[in-house]
Amino acid sequence: MIRIITFLSTFLVFAFGSAYADPKKVGFIYIGPPGDHGWTYMHDVGRKYMESQLGDSITTTYLENIPENADAVRAIRKLADSGHDLIFTTSFNYMDQTHEVAKDFPDIKFEHATGYIQADNVATYSARFYEGRMIEGHIAGHMTETNTIGYIASFPIPEVVRGINAFYLAASKVNPDIKMKIIWVFTWYDPGKEADAANTLINQGADIIVQHTDTYAPCQAAQKAGVYAFGQASNQEEFCPDAHLTSIEDIWGPYYAERAKAVVDGTWSSGDTWDGMDKGMVVMSPYNTKLMPASLIQEAVNMEVGIKDGTIHPFTGPIYNQAGELVVPEGEVAPDGMLLGMNFYVQGIDGEVPQ
Amino acid sequence: MNLDLILGILQIVLIATTPLVFAGIGELVTEKSGVLNLGVEGMMLVGAVSAFIILVITGSYFLAFFVSIFSGIIMSGLFAFLVLFLMSNQIATGLALTIFGIGLSSMLGKQYIGTPIDGLSPWFFVIFSFLIVFFVSYFFYKTKAGLILRAVGESHNSAHALGYSVIKIRFLSIIFGGSMCALAGSYISICYAPMWQEGMTAGRGWIALALVVFATWKPERVLIGAYIFGGVTILQMNLQALGLRFPGQFFSMAPYVATIIVLVLISSNKLRIKLSAPASLTIPFYKGR
Repeated sequence: MIRIITFLSTFLVFAFGSAYADPKKVGFIYIGPPGDHGWTYMHDVGRKYMESQLGDSITTTYLENIPENADAVRAIRKLADSGHDLIFTTSFNYMDQTHEVAKDFPDIKFEHATGYIQADNVATYSARFYEGRMIEGHIAGHMTETNTIGYIASFPIPEVVRGINAFYLAASKVNPDIKMKIIWVFTWYDPGKEADAANTLINQGADIIVQHTDTYAPCQAAQKAGVYAFGQASNQEEFCPDAHLTSIEDIWGPYYAERAKAVVDGTWSSGDTWDGMDKGMVVMSPYNTKLMPASLIQEAVNMEVGIKDGTIHPFTGPIYNQAGELVVPEGEVAPDGMLLGMNFYVQGIDGEVPQ
Repeated sequence: MNLDLILGILQIVLIATTPLVFAGIGELVTEKSGVLNLGVEGMMLVGAVSAFIILVITGSYFLAFFVSIFSGIIMSGLFAFLVLFLMSNQIATGLALTIFGIGLSSMLGKQYIGTPIDGLSPWFFVIFSFLIVFFVSYFFYKTKAGLILRAVGESHNSAHALGYSVIKIRFLSIIFGGSMCALAGSYISICYAPMWQEGMTAGRGWIALALVVFATWKPERVLIGAYIFGGVTILQMNLQALGLRFPGQFFSMAPYVATIIVLVLISSNKLRIKLSAPASLTIPFYKGR
């Protein structure tokens, strides 16, 4: 169900008498509810951060639980029609819908999360989550005893495949015997199915659960079964304290504040932003000191530093695909173009990416 | 394949399928009395959220399930009042009930999202789901009351002429359906994935509705259909995890395709339709005609 929650802003007119400009309206389209403690939750945290930074110069609105189909066109158009100046569409499959509406409203600025097609009034932005996956892979390679990792994947889009590869490359580096078991659940959000997938993987011998879906059900299942897990999108330690090693957190707030400020100032221009740990868009949750040895935590922290200063890149050659062809030569790193369109597994992963 | 692996798979299938059995059998009883209630998903969600809230507040599993079932009775009672007494269209009212349930559960559960709870072991409910199917089957085919209920669903005018209270029987059937849907919902939020998340039933209510058609309105077949669906879902996950190359998308849509095939089969023959679907399904009953 679509609900609109409009946050009322208070208009403060200061005594010094400057004529106050109308606040800019910023709208968000969410794929799930802000309470998912995952993907949408973190976008909502970003929205609130933006509000706190820009105060009265903006008001914000969001529409939640918008399916990635024709409904999205209706929802985006609704925001555009109601005078929004800047609209964030926060899921990959809103791509066509965003562009369809953007064409009709050239004066409104659109920002499409994790997309790769820009227009004069449509910018794209994403975070280099794969940097975090590398650290998770490194930790998993050390922590696993059965040498089996269970990976719950959502949809076969480059973002997810990239995460799997980054994870595997790092894990197999520290532990060449590692096996990846991957289940594609074809949903972002279904606690029951996510738990089923986690239990299936654990039943098949996985002792570390990695997820690229949005609820904490897999982490909970891991906790119940007594194995380890990585959370998704936000810090999920409170739901599975005895399983949770760390999470990759998506920090959108500073970017949202910057882009909204640009609209307020009239300096907004289209473009593509893909930031990672160096800009603070990807952050690792506190490592679990109860479960992980101090030396491993130190290694993870060192990796973070290396990724931030550019000395470590998750996709450093030589990297081979499943057919054994060299895709990234030794000493080079994968170009962004390859990462953005990644639709193959690297050598060592069984199975194939669903097409 | 070793025994542990197979037993593990079986466990996961049982746990995953139980909510479908509850919701499916509840809806089957409702439809057998001649009423189509499309509000399954909404009633499941309200059942899920009310059980979760009561568990957080009181800490009592018994109270949680009790209140949840009560919420199902209220939701379905509302539906029954609208379609039986105010003669509203069953399909439109059922859809409205689902939309209402989604919104109501989101509103009630807002502040409970992300509250950690201790999940309850599912096994009691797994066994109970089998018992309830056999109970319904026995009730339909071995008792007089069951025969009357089916008669109301087949021809409410005849049943009325024989002196049976069509409204009362339908009301009770709808309420039974509602309480089973709420039970399915509370099982999901307390046993299956112990948490409250908006829309967490994720379409299982619609699958339950499809199951009733797939089962051609026979209780045991609801059980079989639910386990085929649950089994296929979990089996394909296992095949994926074993690294076999096969299309997962196909298995995600398989139950819906199966339902359509069954629908085509039973509607290809007029006699089959007559034997399967309750003849008075979705037809309102006007007393005194």
